Amino acid sequence: MFIVKYIKEVWSAIKSLLIGMRRTGYYFTHHKEIITQQYPDNRDTLNLPERFKGEVVMPHDEKNEHRCTGCTACELACPNGTIKVITKFDISPEGKKKKAIDKLVYHLELCTMCNLCVIACPSDAIVMAQTFEHSVFDRSKLTKILNNPGSKIMDGVE
Amino acid sequence: MFEVYDLSFMWSLSNITQTINSWLNQTFSPTWALIFEMVIVGICVISLFAILGLVLVLMERKVSAWMQIRLGPNRVGPKGMLQSFADTLKLLVKEGLTPNGADKFLFNLAPFIAMIVAMLLMAPIAFARDFKMWDMNIGVLYVTAVSSISVISILMAGWASNNKYSLMGAMRSGAQIVSYELSAGLAILSIVVLTGSLNLNDIIQSQANGWWIFKGHIPVLISFVIFIIAVTAETNRAPFDLAEAESELTAGFHTEYSGMKFALFFLAEYVNVFIVCAIGATLFLGGWMPFHIGNWQGFNHIMDYIPSSIWFFGKTFFLIFLIMWFRWTFPRLRIDQLLNLEWKYLLPISMFNIILVTAMAILGWHF
Repeated sequence: MFIVKYIKEVWSAIKSLLIGMRRTGYYFTHHKEIITQQYPDNRDTLNLPERFKGEVVMPHDEKNEHRCTGCTACELACPNGTIKVITKFDISPEGKKKKAIDKLVYHLELCTMCNLCVIACPSDAIVMAQTFEHSVFDRSKLTKILNNPGSKIMDGVE
Repeated sequence: MFEVYDLSFMWSLSNITQTINSWLNQTFSPTWALIFEMVIVGICVISLFAILGLVLVLMERKVSAWMQIRLGPNRVGPKGMLQSFADTLKLLVKEGLTPNGADKFLFNLAPFIAMIVAMLLMAPIAFARDFKMWDMNIGVLYVTAVSSISVISILMAGWASNNKYSLMGAMRSGAQIVSYELSAGLAILSIVVLTGSLNLNDIIQSQANGWWIFKGHIPVLISFVIFIIAVTAETNRAPFDLAEAESELTAGFHTEYSGMKFALFFLAEYVNVFIVCAIGATLFLGGWMPFHIGNWQGFNHIMDYIPSSIWFFGKTFFLIFLIMWFRWTFPRLRIDQLLNLEWKYLLPISMFNIILVTAMAILGWHF
């Protein structure tokens, strides 16, 4: 029946509009939902969301060991050449040659925080940190080496 | 026809106006007294415009911020109260540029037409008990007629700018206002049918024993909803802001305007919102009439102690808030959806609705 369909259409339109208005009305009356951070004022109590991406870092444990195998998956995944992996060959106690990283160079000035390198990493060696105050007066300070000096690969990470 | 309530004990501004009137008539000849009264009214209207512009812009920004889980302006003055002052100051000192290819006369005239239409619409509105500029017996007709002039200013601005976006926005706006005026008119007509008068004062008096939105059952509720939708479209506000759709037409008809000429368009939009909400409040929510329930004398007396201007502005700002709520909730319609909504839904429904209202009025089924 045409008229029944027409009335149903009008009714469902009104209902869906009211659902939308209920949502915005909820936000209007509940100010604790506000997500704006008044940044320079609340620098000490800043509450960043869990998935905020500030820069790429490589976590090290207390023995100065990281999880990077030097597989260059992150370098290949990066869309704008931000990461450069420089590898070397370690000699193990048994006399075998083993590939390891010498330097993992990270150009923060080129990075778009797309998170693709972190996704590509097979051994979870790099993560996104929440630090974001990156401005410096010298451009060369933005080129960072992610592995600490003298660090080596963690046991059991292949 | 309707019971007349004795509201004379209500606090009223009419004493002040009468004192000024008699003093002027004693001091000057009647002609000069009339001229002075006109000047006073003009100053009052212009200052009301300025205050409305400042208050409504700030209100809109705060409402939109809270609805989008943001904070909104909170730096200029206490809690950001002076933000709109700062914006006005910025607009005042900006250069009012006229493009080379534009039709200079029409380009500069258009913002003033928009303002003048908004000013004219103020005339029949009752701001409080016995407090209005012009007690006209065809107030409703006057409002519907004058409000359609506003499309001329938009078409003029769009044409004179000599810019594709502006012209497109103006044409869309023309189509929109011509369509939505019909259903707005029919919605207003349903109250005229129930009251039997085009005088806004009579309409307010007829709501002394309950506002029409409560007395008129579902048909008046339907015409109230249709009225709100249609006036949102007529004032070119989201979700019907096709005339200035930012993502499609940069800014529509006021793309080429800057400085104070842009500010006049901006102000005219907000004043128009205020006026249509004031008309809506007058027709459906009883204007300055306090909230009365039938013959409950005690309850009605308590309500009468709240001044009538507070009732009027309270209702008007409630409706303005409703329209802002629409703006920050709904996405913009496409032009075909916009015309479908009017011609396939609002107009048939309001035509059917007015038959219901007429039957109700004849048979006396309202309270």
